[in-house]
Amino acid sequence: MTQVDTPENATPETLDGHHRTPWREYFTFSTDHKVIGIQYLVVTFIFYLIGGALATAVRTELATPEVDFVSRELYNSLFTIHATIMIFLWIVPAGTGAFGNYLIPLMIGAKDMAFPRLNALAFWMIIPGGILLILSFFVSGGAAGAGWTSYPPLSTTGSKAGEMLWILSVLILGTSSIMGGVNFITTILKMRMPGMTLNDMPLFCWAMVAASILILMSTPVLAGALVLLSFDLIAGTAFFNPMGGGDPIVYQHMFWFYSHPAVYIMILPIFGLISEILPVHARKPIFGYQAIAYSSLAISFLGLIVWAHHMFTSGTPGWLRMFFMIATMIIAVPTGIKVFSWLATIWGGKLRLNSAMLFGLGFISMFVIGGLSGIMIASVPFDIHVHDTYFIVAHLHYVLFGGSVFGLYGGIYHWFPKMTGRMMNETLGRLHFVLTFVGFNLCFLPMHYLGLQGMPRRVAEYDPQFATVNMVCTVGSFLLAISTFPLIINAIWSWIRGPQATGNPWKALTLEWQTSSPPPVENFLEEPVLWTGPYDYGIDSFERSDRDRTVNELLAEVKADVG
Amino acid sequence: MNIPSSIVTMLAGIILTIVSYWFGQHNGLMPQAASEEAPWVDGLFNTMMTIATGLFLLVQGIIIISVFKYRRRPGDETDGPPIEGNIPLEILWTAIPATIVLGLGIYSFEVYNSMGGLDPMASHDPKTMHAEVRHSGAAIAAPLPGATETPEASDAEQVALGVGASPGTQGRDADVSVNVLGLQFAWIFTYPDSGVTSGELHLPAGKEAKLTIAASDVIHALWIPQFRLKQDAIPGRDTELRFVPKDVGTYPVVCAELCGAYHGGMKAQVVVEEPEVFEAWLQSQIAAQQSGDDRAIALNTDSLSEAEYLQPYADEIGVNAQGLGQLHPPQAEGSHKIHHHI
Ligand code: HEM
Ligand SMILES: [Cu+2]
Ligand SMILES: [Cu+2]
Repeated sequence: MTQVDTPENATPETLDGHHRTPWREYFTFSTDHKVIGIQYLVVTFIFYLIGGALATAVRTELATPEVDFVSRELYNSLFTIHATIMIFLWIVPAGTGAFGNYLIPLMIGAKDMAFPRLNALAFWMIIPGGILLILSFFVSGGAAGAGWTSYPPLSTTGSKAGEMLWILSVLILGTSSIMGGVNFITTILKMRMPGMTLNDMPLFCWAMVAASILILMSTPVLAGALVLLSFDLIAGTAFFNPMGGGDPIVYQHMFWFYSHPAVYIMILPIFGLISEILPVHARKPIFGYQAIAYSSLAISFLGLIVWAHHMFTSGTPGWLRMFFMIATMIIAVPTGIKVFSWLATIWGGKLRLNSAMLFGLGFISMFVIGGLSGIMIASVPFDIHVHDTYFIVAHLHYVLFGGSVFGLYGGIYHWFPKMTGRMMNETLGRLHFVLTFVGFNLCFLPMHYLGLQGMPRRVAEYDPQFATVNMVCTVGSFLLAISTFPLIINAIWSWIRGPQATGNPWKALTLEWQTSSPPPVENFLEEPVLWTGPYDYGIDSFERSDRDRTVNELLAEVKADVG
Repeated sequence: MNIPSSIVTMLAGIILTIVSYWFGQHNGLMPQAASEEAPWVDGLFNTMMTIATGLFLLVQGIIIISVFKYRRRPGDETDGPPIEGNIPLEILWTAIPATIVLGLGIYSFEVYNSMGGLDPMASHDPKTMHAEVRHSGAAIAAPLPGATETPEASDAEQVALGVGASPGTQGRDADVSVNVLGLQFAWIFTYPDSGVTSGELHLPAGKEAKLTIAASDVIHALWIPQFRLKQDAIPGRDTELRFVPKDVGTYPVVCAELCGAYHGGMKAQVVVEEPEVFEAWLQSQIAAQQSGDDRAIALNTDSLSEAEYLQPYADEIGVNAQGLGQLHPPQAEGSHKIHHHI
């Protein structure tokens, strides 16, 4: 009843399939943000598969307590590169680079990003960065094996070539991420269509602003730490080397000053995606728009002052531990606001339980587990027990996999029709969801128990009493590996053969759905008009345009009255 | 709001509370609590589990109910009711997490303080580090990297860190002091008062122990899960851990910080025994080390580089982490197997 006048119904024939990008375009230095977004998505997904293969190797080794599948050295390299790939080549670039690039200009009614060439450059740095990392397995001494945290002195005593390549790779990826951050902030602040205030923006834009601020504030500090580390590694300086008077704890402070915010750089864009997906498929306005928008900024600010909670058992004085404990716990408040607002959004709606929505709901329920264990480890006395154990491995995967990856999956199902002009297959999508959900919980839930009982993380061998539980985790990880097949098949098959998508198959109200699928080169054939708020579901169109009048004309009326 | 639904809500709330409380208090997820500090941590953990279970059930409950109750019926193309916000509700669910977090913060602070986390001595230890390794009657005091030589290193000493004495025992010396040295890939425990060196940590039950933890190469972390205690061993600065082991038994000592290829094999045991038994063990160690084996007697450690000095150990340990057994006299070896399995 409310959707009769969407542009999709108004001009269907001008909107369908007219602007399909030729496949060659995806292999060029294209400056079209949509092409770049899809380039990011496909490339980072390939890295995700590589990172997942490494994870499967890690779990295969852990199927038995003994070291029997790979050597100890290789084991350390496997999980180091697994984590580095997952963070720097999948979650960060997929959340910001892929979805940020694809969606931001469309959502704010712009023709492209503010700096299209910078944008393309940022993307094309991902590939050498990733290749360096993977090639490092083949240099003498093997790939870096000091963990993705790369703490000295260990990182300066292992494989020098591997470690150096790791540093180079992360520096390249960090630079790319900074380029992206500058672009997002400028685009969102400067390129919104006329009449769109910050409070008319979709929530994904708010989340990207918050994440980009974090990128700009923290990534340079990581670069600093890594440059100093590389001097220690190859030039024999002693910034972090106690034998020369350096201090390894300084590295930890610098590293976590980036890497704690990094988890919000990963999760904030996903929060944004979820805030887009839920209202569309629940057919209800998002609950608490401003609370969600401002809580992103609050998380961004608080995220900058909690890094030392990763260092409770290392060199942090007692009183400082208390400060970081309280600051960390406070982040639970804005995060809780978001979760409750999402729940209130689905409550009483008319839920369409398609694949996008299933992953959206799966996201909430898995992320909550990671969030609750996060509050627990903020508590210093408890963290002292579980720090550096499998409890942490469980926690971080509930946030990064159950949270970020579920959110990205939801995003893929939701925006695939917009990106490709084709619908995905729902049956395969649901199969993908069920396999992922079951495999994920089988793999990671038991790890909480392992950590509490005494299994440290980053070990190739462990006490035989943990054998059974580890076997369960390994079976879960194989199921997870299998779970990607329905998605891959679905994506490839649907892209080529899937049924044509209309401009707005979900009857959504954000601007990216007001153009064709896929959109034309400059996004909108004619100037888009803001005839509705992004989440005005259930409000009929007359009322909507009435509101629109209020926004645009009230000011003039007031002026007229005053004058 | 009609009455039946609020009764249902109330019943659900009561059941939720009971289930959360029961699971929180009987989760059985922690291993044996063998130190005096451990039950405090467990109490905190159980409280957090209770709250977490409640919130978990609440959220999952809302999702599951929504999925069944509010799923779109076939043919229904309408939208849900356009509810965009509700200020009292939003204030309520900002206030609830804020209160929970505040409560947990205070509770955690209490536990941490009782454990000795805020002992000013533990955060401010001017003593220099002498990690001593004694062997076969010949005391080999090895100045370890960064320990005493450079002024920078002694500055770092100003912030020796860890968990210190509980408020009741602050300013008093612990009953037993042990110097702990982490090196790739073993723990070496030295009793400075008697000069005994061992690959196994023996402690008298019910007495306050103080571990002074150092590392010779990379960062390690000493973790005793049954004591709920962990502290990094950081090259160049001492850290400390003070606690009271309570239950007699043998528990694993685990290295929790990635320290190289054999990190997973870097294990030792802590043997908590009655004070008399501990005393007897200490005497037997002293006797054994005086009767001695010949390996290190002739060493003049001053002329050795650190690498040379550690070479005999590194060879054994590096090849086989279990090789540490040979580091201490045969009397102690094999007398304690890990018989504590949770
Ligand atoms: C495909 C499913 C995955 C499996 C089976 C898996 C498995 C594992 C395992 C077993 C470890 C612990 C390694 C060890 O302690 O020895 C680990 C570490 C880690 N994983 Fe995953 N993982 C998966 C996906 C992900 C994803 C999606 C991310 C997200 C960004 C991720 C990020 C990490 C991180 C940051 C670490 C910590 C590594 C470290 O301690 O240095 N993993 N993973
Ligand atoms: Cu170690
Ligand atoms: Cu270790």
